[in-house]
Amino acid sequence: MLHFFKKTPNKQQIARVKVLVFLLCTIPMLRLIWLGFQEDLTANPIEFLERSTGFWALMILLATLTLTPIRIITGRAWPLQMRRMLGLWMFFYACCHVIIYVWLDFAFLWADIVKDIAKHPRILVGFAAFVLTIPLASTSNQAMMKRLGQHWKPLHQSVYVIAILSIVHFWWLVKIDIREPMFYAVVLAILLGIRIYYHFKLKHKIK
Amino acid sequence: MKPYSPPYIPASEITPKDTFENRRAFLQKAGFGVAAGTIALLNHPVRAAETAVKSPIIQPVGAGKKIAQYKKTAFGAEEKLTSYEDVTTYNNFYEFGTDKSDPAKNAKLFKTQPWAVSIEGEVKKPKIISLEDIIKLAPLEERIYRMRCVEGWSMVIPWLGIPLAKLIQWAEPTGNAKFIEFITLNDKQQMPGQNLPVLDWPYVEGLRMDEAMHSLTMLAVGLYGEQLPNQNGAPLRLVVPWKYGFKGAKSIVKIRFTEKMPRTSWMKAGPREYGFYANVNPNVDHPRWTQSSEKRIGAGLFAGRIKTQMFNGYAEQVGQMYAGLDLQKNF
Repeated sequence: MLHFFKKTPNKQQIARVKVLVFLLCTIPMLRLIWLGFQEDLTANPIEFLERSTGFWALMILLATLTLTPIRIITGRAWPLQMRRMLGLWMFFYACCHVIIYVWLDFAFLWADIVKDIAKHPRILVGFAAFVLTIPLASTSNQAMMKRLGQHWKPLHQSVYVIAILSIVHFWWLVKIDIREPMFYAVVLAILLGIRIYYHFKLKHKIK
Repeated sequence: MKPYSPPYIPASEITPKDTFENRRAFLQKAGFGVAAGTIALLNHPVRAAETAVKSPIIQPVGAGKKIAQYKKTAFGAEEKLTSYEDVTTYNNFYEFGTDKSDPAKNAKLFKTQPWAVSIEGEVKKPKIISLEDIIKLAPLEERIYRMRCVEGWSMVIPWLGIPLAKLIQWAEPTGNAKFIEFITLNDKQQMPGQNLPVLDWPYVEGLRMDEAMHSLTMLAVGLYGEQLPNQNGAPLRLVVPWKYGFKGAKSIVKIRFTEKMPRTSWMKAGPREYGFYANVNPNVDHPRWTQSSEKRIGAGLFAGRIKTQMFNGYAEQVGQMYAGLDLQKNF
């Protein structure tokens, strides 16, 4: 395994890693389906589904954001090839999260949904984060990358805003025991901190 | 770091529905049996006394023990009960952890015997009363109440207990007593959740005197015909059905009569979010949760929401207590 990380893998190996990552990303969904058939989704299944899908969207988002720090620190760029797939899986779980909210939680009562979003800052930031993921998901293919050219990168850097909003959304959800969102906030701060640190260090060197 | 690991319940531990219903039927029959027996025993007061000593209403040690003798009431007869499993595995009881599945896991060894409640503050004289004596203050009755959590979900629970008013009468408050504070046990050894500074321990809740004396307000010692399971606030908890669930202080060890409005644990934790009254009110929104509708636990994935009722549907009984009070400000 170590050997694998030391050397840059060849195309075939990368393809295998991609398959592995893809399969790993299906596990949270398969687990929920399995638990659903077992009728084991806790006493409040809708809330459980909402939280679980939201949690995994955030986890995959954080995983996506670790790829650049890995490159910066280890100099290995090949893991960046997982970025699009991870981003799309994040979008998938975020969509599940929103669909469950709109359908199971609020039964498509649009007036109530609008009120819920407008009145509650926690829902508003979550909703904003979701809206921001839509242009990213829809411009993730090769064709759109080409079409957008130099604009593609700044657009996709909004993922940092999405990550921050998601953590705030999680933080404001918990009544009082903030340990868990705080943990992920720290993780995100480290991931973004590494970028900022190296960004300024590089600039300095160039001067 | 998994936020919501579902509680693991082996299939062998789940009571099949028909067995469960048989048990209910049995209990009901047993109830009639007891009633019949009581009538027979009235003619033999000596024997009645003996029987009473030999079979105390609440048996010692631990929860899960059946309560043999209680009267049924008409409260909530039209409601569909939330399953015993849901009522006892989905709990907010931060003394045993902040996850809803924590209390059922962490309260297993909680010791509720012996138990006594200290009566303090604005009373003729401070007293201590044992749990055994509390349940002798009035016949135990079963009342089915809706329970609405501030988080936007609700249950229907068959509680067993006595009206709180009976204990208040026994406590003999003075004319200065305007409010009552309910204080939960403070014991880090037994309540691991108290090692976290999430709330200002011990848990404090409070009621205005008229609210506490209201006939709907209950001191519960059981549910579903059993002694309170530990995770539901054993051995003694408050039930105030027209207020959000957090008003129902659990594992009460102190009841203090005061002249000033108590500052409750949740008021200290979030004064903008949790007021003293905490009446269920679909017109007063919470910064995090929609309060105009709720999810009924056990209704299933596609049941949608039900409209939240003013005072949780008890407006007819309690509404007059708040006449002239600005409920937007006094939330």
